[in-house]
Amino acid sequence: MQSKQRAFLFMTIPAVLLFFLFHTYPLLQGVFYSFTNWRGYGDWNFVGFSNYFNVFKDMRAWSAYGFTFQFAIVSTILVNIFSLLVALGLNSNIKFQKSLRAIYFLPNILSILIVGFIFQFIFTLFLPQLAELIGVTALSTNILGSPDHAWIGVVIMAVWQAVAFNTILYLAGLQTVPADVYEAASIDGANPWKRFWKITFPIIAPFFTINMVLALKSFLMVFDHIIALTGGGPGYSTESISVLIYSGGFEGGQFGYQSANAVIYFIVIVALSVFQLRILQKREVQQ
Amino acid sequence: MKKKKTNWLITSLLLIGTLLILFPLYLTINIALKTPQEMGEPLLSLPNEWRFQNFLDAIELTNFYSAFLNSFIVTFCVVVLTVLTNSLVSYAIARNMHKGFYKALFYYFVSAMFVPFPIIMLPLVRQTAVWNMDNLVGLIFLYIVFQLSFNVFIYVGYIKSIPIELEEAAVMDGASSWKIFWKVIFPLLSPMNATVAILTALYAWNDFLLPLVILTDPSDATLPLTQYIFQSEFSTNYNLAFASYLLAMLPMIIVYIVAQRWIIGNVTRGAVK
Repeated sequence: MQSKQRAFLFMTIPAVLLFFLFHTYPLLQGVFYSFTNWRGYGDWNFVGFSNYFNVFKDMRAWSAYGFTFQFAIVSTILVNIFSLLVALGLNSNIKFQKSLRAIYFLPNILSILIVGFIFQFIFTLFLPQLAELIGVTALSTNILGSPDHAWIGVVIMAVWQAVAFNTILYLAGLQTVPADVYEAASIDGANPWKRFWKITFPIIAPFFTINMVLALKSFLMVFDHIIALTGGGPGYSTESISVLIYSGGFEGGQFGYQSANAVIYFIVIVALSVFQLRILQKREVQQ
Repeated sequence: MKKKKTNWLITSLLLIGTLLILFPLYLTINIALKTPQEMGEPLLSLPNEWRFQNFLDAIELTNFYSAFLNSFIVTFCVVVLTVLTNSLVSYAIARNMHKGFYKALFYYFVSAMFVPFPIIMLPLVRQTAVWNMDNLVGLIFLYIVFQLSFNVFIYVGYIKSIPIELEEAAVMDGASSWKIFWKVIFPLLSPMNATVAILTALYAWNDFLLPLVILTDPSDATLPLTQYIFQSEFSTNYNLAFASYLLAMLPMIIVYIVAQRWIIGNVTRGAVK
């Protein structure tokens, strides 16, 4: 019995050690430096909470939070609508089911950065050329070059890429719906719309929550999309929180200051996650 | 089950939808095969002749083989080590959840899912540089760590569903905990191992941010990072750029075409758990 316990303890050591050294330790350092004025090199002093106060007075930080939330919420909603529609389609009686499923999952295996570069080309060269060819001059400008509309380009690319994974999750959910439930409902004369809301949706509701949580969380961390499409521009109009921390922390000599920004970002994400977990747990109780 | 008649309306809608998915890829292939002179013509028109020289030029310019090898080594090591270490610690946790230490460990790992990467990014870059881990070895360690939270979460759930009686029989035969893990549990975990391996491989192969901030030696660059590094040199030559993008995506696309049923099946299984 003693040796069994020792074996279990040893099994945890590699993971615990790695995890502490490469996750917890840097995390603690990040919190530590957020109370200093360190630039990433040279001397530093403790500055208390002044970094935190300054983040709240920083228009660039506000703009990054504004863009990130706008982008993340719109993309999360669109991704969930499209992926649910595609999943419902793939789950019905269709031809070429396996091949269609394979094509719709394809974007998920591709690098976001490279897809971003391809979309950058589409937005800057292809769409304007196409618009001119068919005579729609309103669309002949590059959307990524407009401070007001560049974020839409980022949303389009992000949705194109992310629908794939969420579709698979929804499809997994739909396959847990027993077929005889539908047959019973169609005998009762329920129309497809009613059938979806009364039967299908309640059964796949846990998948809906999971998808919302996963999509929102990954979109709040958006980085690759921005680097590939706009680099944060024009101006700072599409600069996300991750990109701001990256460029300020590494290139702007704001190591301590951006650490404070990252801690705030961390608190925001935890608050959102706790809120979402509450909803999840409520569901589990109901089951 | 009785065969219901095919819904052609939905089939056609989905077929039209695939154009949206395939169009950027068509454009990529098309431009990768053109000459710079042809870029003045409508972009959708087919190349006058297939110019494979673009690929050879891209391979030479971006040092493709080296980047491919780096990506491959990292992905391979990360997948193997992730499956081994993460399933092992999950087994210890799952079978001892009634004890405070293991329960705390579980929550310690899983709560890290909520830690956004940027908060550890700045200190981590300094730390890996000081520890001489600003290279592929460091990258491999970090990928193992960053997937741990999610993997422990799904492994523990799965192991709990494995009846403990299977292990008790082995204990009777005098097998140690290690032996039980290798001979009984690990084989039973195969479906979960496949799911974890696929998700880990996609993550390690396509990730861009971590190589960007961690690696200092350009010869360590992975495929996505290479595309970023050469972006400025591509800017004048889209054909070369797209040939390079296509080369970078091709290995994963080939694996996907060969194994798509297995891949989607296992990702789906991970989702149901």
